[in-house]
Amino acid sequence: MTKSKADEEDYWNSSKFKAFTFDDEDDELIRLKESRQAVNSIRRLVEEDDDEDDVEKVSWSGEPVGSISWSVKETAASNQRTDREPAFPKIPTDTPSLSKSQSGYSLSSLFKGETGGRGNFQSFTDTLSDSSIRLYAPELRKPKSEYKDYVSDWSPEETIQRLQQGKTAPLEKFRSLQDKLLLLDFAVSAHDGNVITAVLIYLKRTLSKEVLFRELESRQTALRHFIHYLTETKDQRLLLELLRFAHTCLPVTPVYLLPFSAEDSAHVQDHYTLLERQIIIEATDQQAERGGKVEIFQKFPRRASILNMPLITTLYYCCFYHYSEPEGTYSSPLNIRQTFKISGKQYFVTALAARAKLKAWLDVDALFTSRNWLGFTRKKSPLSFQRVVDVLQKNSAPTQVLQDYVGLVEDPDMRISLAQKHKCHDIVINTYRDMKDRQQLLGYRGKVGRGSAEERKIDELLNNQQIRWKN
Amino acid sequence: MANSARRDSPELPDFSLLKRLARDQLIYLLEQLPGKKDLFIEADLMSPLDRIANVSTLKQHEVDKLYKVEYKPVVSTSDQLCFLIRPRIQTVKWICDVANADKAAGKFRRYKIIFTPQKFYACEAVLEEQGMFGDVTTDEWAFYLLPLDDDIISLELPEFFRDNFLAGDQRWMRTAGSALHLLHSLYGPFSKVYGIGRYSKMAYESWREQVEQGEQRARQAEIGNVFLIDRDVDFVTPLCSQVVYEGLVDDIFRIKCGCVEFSPDVTASDKSVKVMLNSQDKVFNEIRNEHFSNVFGFLSQKARNLQTAYDKRRGMDIKQMKTFVSEELKGLKQEHRLLSLHIGASESIMKKKTKQDFQELLKTEHSLLEGFEIRECISYIEEHISRQVSMIESLRLLCLLSITENGLLPKDFRSLKAQYLQSYGVDHLLTFSNLRQLGLLVEQQPGETLTVMESRVGKLVNDKTAGKLTDAFSSLAKKSNFRALSRKLNLVPKSDEEYDLRVPRDMAYIFSGAYVPLSCKLIEQVLERDGWTGLEEVTRLLNGNEFAVTGSNGAKNDAQRIILVMFLGGCTFSEISALRFLGREKGYKFIVVTTAITNSSRLIESLLDNHV
Repeated sequence: MTKSKADEEDYWNSSKFKAFTFDDEDDELIRLKESRQAVNSIRRLVEEDDDEDDVEKVSWSGEPVGSISWSVKETAASNQRTDREPAFPKIPTDTPSLSKSQSGYSLSSLFKGETGGRGNFQSFTDTLSDSSIRLYAPELRKPKSEYKDYVSDWSPEETIQRLQQGKTAPLEKFRSLQDKLLLLDFAVSAHDGNVITAVLIYLKRTLSKEVLFRELESRQTALRHFIHYLTETKDQRLLLELLRFAHTCLPVTPVYLLPFSAEDSAHVQDHYTLLERQIIIEATDQQAERGGKVEIFQKFPRRASILNMPLITTLYYCCFYHYSEPEGTYSSPLNIRQTFKISGKQYFVTALAARAKLKAWLDVDALFTSRNWLGFTRKKSPLSFQRVVDVLQKNSAPTQVLQDYVGLVEDPDMRISLAQKHKCHDIVINTYRDMKDRQQLLGYRGKVGRGSAEERKIDELLNNQQIRWKN
Repeated sequence: MANSARRDSPELPDFSLLKRLARDQLIYLLEQLPGKKDLFIEADLMSPLDRIANVSTLKQHEVDKLYKVEYKPVVSTSDQLCFLIRPRIQTVKWICDVANADKAAGKFRRYKIIFTPQKFYACEAVLEEQGMFGDVTTDEWAFYLLPLDDDIISLELPEFFRDNFLAGDQRWMRTAGSALHLLHSLYGPFSKVYGIGRYSKMAYESWREQVEQGEQRARQAEIGNVFLIDRDVDFVTPLCSQVVYEGLVDDIFRIKCGCVEFSPDVTASDKSVKVMLNSQDKVFNEIRNEHFSNVFGFLSQKARNLQTAYDKRRGMDIKQMKTFVSEELKGLKQEHRLLSLHIGASESIMKKKTKQDFQELLKTEHSLLEGFEIRECISYIEEHISRQVSMIESLRLLCLLSITENGLLPKDFRSLKAQYLQSYGVDHLLTFSNLRQLGLLVEQQPGETLTVMESRVGKLVNDKTAGKLTDAFSSLAKKSNFRALSRKLNLVPKSDEEYDLRVPRDMAYIFSGAYVPLSCKLIEQVLERDGWTGLEEVTRLLNGNEFAVTGSNGAKNDAQRIILVMFLGGCTFSEISALRFLGREKGYKFIVVTTAITNSSRLIESLLDNHV
């Protein structure tokens, strides 16, 4: 479980993963760039004698012309065009004949009656009616139960089978509770959610909710289908009642609309407190911004309202606009930290990012400063210095700021690579000196400016007789 | 780059037939509604539809204008409206609103809904409740299977995952069975079916019933064996960062229905380009299964070859030039276009991945898989959360931590959850509840500390004893048991061995040699053993539900080595790459059927509930 640090470095440096580095070894990127140049140099030739045939026609949006997505966009665009100049609606010349007799369906006809479109190719025994497979794979014989089509006196099991096959079967005749439940149980054991829901819709219509809920209690699969159905049909009232009833019997209760657990209600409570704060801060800051007298709001206008933002975003906001406020105010970062028990590390990361964004390097510096018992200051960080450099660099910190932190990166190899990346020559030179690596130092001499202070420093070191170089 | 390809690898069946069937049936359905009509297409059906038909096909059958379903009032002036939709209550309600609004305005039109791949009774019940049953007619378009490539077929049903695994709604089980049935009747008869998972069992049952009700004509089988697997058997694999080219492109640019949109920074021009990614793209086909670190080398070699081929032009006389233009130039130009796109994509991947400290991220993932330096991993994740880096990424790492560790210690769980809510908003409470329900992000129960003990002990004593210990400690709770499985199946190779990614020696190459995907390892083992014999311990750790059945009229020919693997709940491109590798090694050909292509972001996103 625990490997030593050295082991770990070994592990990551082993050839196993070396082959795959995205990092600073830009070799691959350079190779790619070269390949791109090579390809680009040919482009001219390709374009000069371009013929149309192998070039896919692409519309402005990048969709191939003639594709369906393209056409849909075209329709949308042309509609926008016509929308602007209102035209008289076209008067339909021939009114489609709507058969009025089709209205007034009951639920039973839903499962019993024809579904319009199919009528056209439906034979009496509705052999062709169900799935398309039958249309294209005629070798599939019609179901064995077909002969009963004339009868329509199906058992619960047969009824479920028919429903599964997309056929019609009247549910109305199942009137006793026992029959209804038999129907439901067969549906569940057929593992067809579509049919389970169909039966549940029927039960919902024909049973009182007390009875239905009671029966669902011991039928987990059906219960979950019912919850999902009510969620989808947005039947909030019944759903809420059902969940209140069911949360004792579901192994995993969905939290929708339910009383929260003790732990979660603490989070919700925190959220309310936060919202109250945000409302106060928002009102005050909006006013300050409009007043035009507070410099920071003029220099960095607020981009969005702070309302409903997560806690950490709120903290960032306060570190940005209200950093030095006394702890007593609602918008003081320290107050927020206190109230919501934000960990030291979280606070640190957020404050660092906010102050770096403002380029308030003194504030950044102060975040790291702690005094030891002798009264000397030294820099401490709950975050690795490597990450600190990363944050600062992303906020375009100048080299003189960066180098303070690059110098504090513990791992010498990492320190050198960061220092090279950010051109902190002194750190590179000093690290090589400390490592007594004459070869690397010599190599680095070629990378600094000719006649520069860095070059002189390297020369001095190389000529220093007192250093015992390892190579 | 197909190394050690067995010469006698059988040929794949031709799946373009599936497209033709779907197209013919759509045309048939459109003809059922004679006269000019406007067609409204559900947004997520547009790309699949594009793969099998085009505008002129639709126009030929009197489709006038095409619209996307947008849940807004319609502007169409046509007197016939046809809606091509998934069976969703929300969409049907919208159509009822449209029809009711027309009625109120005294406008008469004909309405038809074509549900695909099937209709649901709940949708028809909406029509009835809204008083539209009969006024709006319905039909079914049994478009179950979309071939995305020679060896990938998708049901294009991403909601399958959430509906089944989270909501516990089995509405798609019949669909899965029917899809299998369609494949069986066109390319079967299958001789063996293996599987693992509750829904795999149900899909198998549904398929079997449909076969029984139908009639099988004797034909030469083109697919021999079938393997069904539930996504929740292996959550670790889809949660890992993908590093094989195709998977990486999917992680970064999102491949949609076999097509990717490269933005201007990839195309090095002012517009984005949509590119089909499949075996037809010769350049892509050679790099899709490669570890990303090999891709540069390949691309630059290709670029050099291309350059040489073009340079041949110099010093040609007119006649030679003519031959060159007519015979070679077109191919070269095509290759040039593709090459420059993939180079652009690789450059863009490099830039993005360097920015996000990809190296460190991979290191964390590998530590989690290996189960060492867990404290460091936790503090890495905390940092991720504090800095408000992508909320999906943070959740992904939390889930990976939880599954590999068999749940988080209560103290860690509470603190990480609190930090997460503070960083990304308290509305994620519902997301956490979803993740807990799926067993993706859970707290170790007090009794389970024993399991940690057991896994530690397991490392010290031999497997047999460990097995007994596990027996003794196993609880009813849904546990991932990843560590034990990993040991049993040797999923994490020893880290002190070198791994040459250019010459992969096992499926672990798809994760830089750090992890053999559990899903694919199971498939390998079951095929090798021709069943689950000897894997009893493994299946027990996976909560059972395994099966292996033999049909009566199985194939005796080459089709035996053509294996259809069906993922219920989605599979990743990395898994497909791993199976292709396995196929080359063992002389199989795999056909992957999946309810949708997934990856870590899609998986996590489907479980978010932060906006109720």
